[in-house]
Amino acid sequence: MSVVVKPVNQKAWWLIVPVILCVAFSAIIPLMTVVNYSVQDIIGPGRAVFVGTEWFAEIMRNEDLLSALLRQLMFSMAVLLIEIPLGVLLALSMPERGWRASAVLVIVALSLLIPWNVVGTIWQIFGRTDIGLLGNLLVGLGLDYSYSGNPVQAWLTVLLMDVWHWTPLVALLAYAGLRAIPEAYYQAASIDGASKWAVFRYIQLPKMRGVLMIAVLLRFMDSFMIYTEPFVLTGGGPGSSTTFLSQFLTQMAVGQFDVGPAAAFSLIYFLIILLFCFLLYNWMMRVGTQDKGGER
Amino acid sequence: MSATRRWPRKRTLFLVCYLVFALLPIYWMVGMSFRTNQEILSNFTLFPHHFTLDSYRLILTDPSWYMGYVNSLIYVCINMVISIAVALPAAYAFSRYSFLGDRQVFFWLLTNRMTPPAVFLLPFFQFYTTLGLMDTHLAVALAHLLFNVPLAVWILEGFMSGIPREIDETAYIDGYSFPRFFLTIFLPLIKSGVGVAAFFCFMFSWVELLLARTLTSVNAKPIVAVMTRTVSASGMDWATLAAAGTLTIVPGAIVIWFVRHYIAKGFAMGRV
Repeated sequence: MSVVVKPVNQKAWWLIVPVILCVAFSAIIPLMTVVNYSVQDIIGPGRAVFVGTEWFAEIMRNEDLLSALLRQLMFSMAVLLIEIPLGVLLALSMPERGWRASAVLVIVALSLLIPWNVVGTIWQIFGRTDIGLLGNLLVGLGLDYSYSGNPVQAWLTVLLMDVWHWTPLVALLAYAGLRAIPEAYYQAASIDGASKWAVFRYIQLPKMRGVLMIAVLLRFMDSFMIYTEPFVLTGGGPGSSTTFLSQFLTQMAVGQFDVGPAAAFSLIYFLIILLFCFLLYNWMMRVGTQDKGGER
Repeated sequence: MSATRRWPRKRTLFLVCYLVFALLPIYWMVGMSFRTNQEILSNFTLFPHHFTLDSYRLILTDPSWYMGYVNSLIYVCINMVISIAVALPAAYAFSRYSFLGDRQVFFWLLTNRMTPPAVFLLPFFQFYTTLGLMDTHLAVALAHLLFNVPLAVWILEGFMSGIPREIDETAYIDGYSFPRFFLTIFLPLIKSGVGVAAFFCFMFSWVELLLARTLTSVNAKPIVAVMTRTVSASGMDWATLAAAGTLTIVPGAIVIWFVRHYIAKGFAMGRV
């Protein structure tokens, strides 16, 4: 929250009513359906039995799910650890103005605008060793590369695809944050004889905190919910090395039509994301306030 | 000029390397779209040998293909307009006033973005069938509000918090009503925020597949779903898929071209 004290005005609620209505329509009502399913066993049309927490217990005992969860966590952490620094570095390297800045912005944003199933398909052929550029390149370098045969390489390929796909989001946000820093800050720093690292650490990084918070949370949420791209690229294989949580869920809900357990799983899934976002949010808030203390 | 002084070669080199990395898969897609399927699958070549526009001709002459783009554009635009329209007043409320439960509501809004779309497939399907909205553009536009409204509120709130409160107060003293002040004074001040929020709404709605595919069948079928027909029993129609993919970049590239100045002008988020 900002430091400025805002006037208390309960009428402001009227201004957020439209948002609440919209989100209620597209989130609360469907979510209630999910909750409803999660505690019932649907035997046939119009016939359902209340089963309480049975589905939840069943889900928690499912070992495939636990390993999918572990895989998912590792994936999301790897995504954050690679994409956030890379995006910031990219933003620092992008030209500041002129036609070059425009051109670089558009090129960087391109990968964000490709539909997710196309991303998967393109990488599927891009990574093939017989006809794809990446596959050919890696084999040319003497690697025994195959994203469809080797579990580790499959996982790494999905990660590389995600880095290619989403680092631009971090870069665009960080770039916008950097451009908002007044020139006076840099002048003051150069008078003080600050090193490049000091400029980054004490001016640029704190000023980017707001946009980086958005970037970190968005990347965490979205990578945790990743579905289409690995589904198209590897189909979750080889084995189950790239079966992430949402794919697991979809298999359960649509493939096997286990509505009850799938709904219970959905709720647990949602709570996990919520928990991690809450932790990240609070952690970044705390780190941010310490930064402010350092500036004074 | 300090900008040029802070411009070491290392960074330019890094930038060029990244751009190459970013463009290679796109180059491969565009390259594939100019080839025949036979050439794509037979051998590895850096450039198309038999340059052909057949894939593009197919997409641009077959209504079931090009209507996919029209359908997608329709629901993306509806979604964008609704998202921004409801997010503007809410973001104003969050940035200017404190009221009962404001932080809680703000975080609750964000939590809606954390729900995996896969969770909502079945409930959405049933809900929109009951409402008779299945296979309409409105259904997809409304479903995509789920992840776009929270983001739009978040971004707009950041921009609004950067505008000094004195501007509001002066306007009210001058006798402006809230709607008149908001539309004639405040909105022009945050237009870059609106541009950036609109870009993000456009992007996330344009590329989403799961919900869009589930909620449509014929009349409102989006391009992302039309593309899945290139997968058939006889194998993939790679060239057509690549051409369709290349064409999907175009509208987004136009949108980013319009908002590039807003991004390059910079924004810092006030709230967080």
